[in-house]
Amino acid sequence: MWQALGNMLGADLSRLLLGLVIILAFSQLNALFLVWLERKVAGHIQLRPGPKEVGPFGLLQTIVDGIKLVGKELITPRLADRKLFVLAPVLVFMPVLVGFMVLPFSPGLIIRDMNVGLLLIFAFSTFSVLAILAGGWASNNKYALLGAIRSVAQNVAYEIPLLLSVMAVVLTVNSLRLSDIVSAQHRVWFFMLQPVAALIYLICATAETNRAPFDIPEAESELVAGFHTEYSGMRFGLFFLAEYTNMFVVCAVATALFFGGWYGPFGFQLGIPGVVWFLLKTYFLLFVIMWVRWTFPRLRFDQLMNFSWKVMIPLSLANLVVTAAVIKLI
Amino acid sequence: MGYWSEMLEGGWSVVEGMRVTVRRLVQPVVTVQYPRKHLQPSPAYRGHTELKRFAETETHACIACGTCQRRCPSGVIKVQGVKSHAKSSKVATHYLIDYTRCSLCGLCVECCPTQTLKFSTQFALEGVSRWDGVIDLIERLEENKS
Repeated sequence: MWQALGNMLGADLSRLLLGLVIILAFSQLNALFLVWLERKVAGHIQLRPGPKEVGPFGLLQTIVDGIKLVGKELITPRLADRKLFVLAPVLVFMPVLVGFMVLPFSPGLIIRDMNVGLLLIFAFSTFSVLAILAGGWASNNKYALLGAIRSVAQNVAYEIPLLLSVMAVVLTVNSLRLSDIVSAQHRVWFFMLQPVAALIYLICATAETNRAPFDIPEAESELVAGFHTEYSGMRFGLFFLAEYTNMFVVCAVATALFFGGWYGPFGFQLGIPGVVWFLLKTYFLLFVIMWVRWTFPRLRFDQLMNFSWKVMIPLSLANLVVTAAVIKLI
Repeated sequence: MGYWSEMLEGGWSVVEGMRVTVRRLVQPVVTVQYPRKHLQPSPAYRGHTELKRFAETETHACIACGTCQRRCPSGVIKVQGVKSHAKSSKVATHYLIDYTRCSLCGLCVECCPTQTLKFSTQFALEGVSRWDGVIDLIERLEENKS
């Protein structure tokens, strides 16, 4: 099949097509699993059992929820900007998928190993802010608009330290290609060389994906549901799917940048294939993000801004300067 | 507070918070799956009132004096009694409470001169009509005997 497809479309295009199908399937499965995991983690942290009725350990619960979501009516508010309202959920989901294209799961398992891979991921992940703004604006609802505005302000504030912390790694490797960055961590993972950058990246990534304690764009207690207040059915489902897929991409990038990608600790592979190492680390980071969510309350908006402009940006800038100086000296 | 000390203190509180939740994560679940498992209610649980059975007489000691009926702030108690002959003391034949409107204040239990009232530990009551909430305590006592 691979050969036939290759003859028909050319090796490059068929690889892309096949990759896209795999990505789509994987992102759905991943979201189903992550929602289940999130509910289990939340439950056990609060000494509750979490979902347990549907399927073994409640594993089928999210599938049932998904079916319910698909079956629901799609409501469009009468005074909403229809085109934008329909477009926003698609717009939020598509750029997340693009990020998958360059993720280095293992040396052979990269759909397209671009020399600007890292840039591509961050360029497209910024799109989701635009989509959230579009959705919130088009809803013609004051809560949705407030959520959208907050999301933009938050992302503008957190994009800067995020990129600065990533730049420190790029400076050390001297490449934007993700497979090069992972290859450079064969012995020493970068979070040992760049602990500050790793920490800043993780905090900013949490804010970037609108996760608690930085989930003020969708703060339930103040804004009903924030930017997706007016969305129902699968349109809401797409926002949800995008959030969880985005979380996966962000954690996968963290794994590639700071936690040695497909390598085992200190170069010991322990007979486990690279892709398993990669997924293990990624899911551990996802667990940490959930753990943080169920530990800390939501920040107030000014606290969030203060934290970014007064702590994260100066620290990441200082980190970058020190890294550059050290590289120049060595 | 200085810039650095605030950052350090904040960072430490993050670690402390995460430590608390990860401990909770591995602790056993405390939820009881209700319809499948039941908890034994504590003896101090205040359900609706019920008549005590005394060991000497093997029955209740209600003399149908009506103190509880007059004392009840919600007016949900109705007691009826008879005298078997002119000189004998009164014995209750009906003791009705409308539990749907009872506020569980416990004044009836406190004011009973023969101390024949107590709180039951029954909690999962259900009914299809509002009259199902009206309970005859004497009938209940008779049923519990068998």
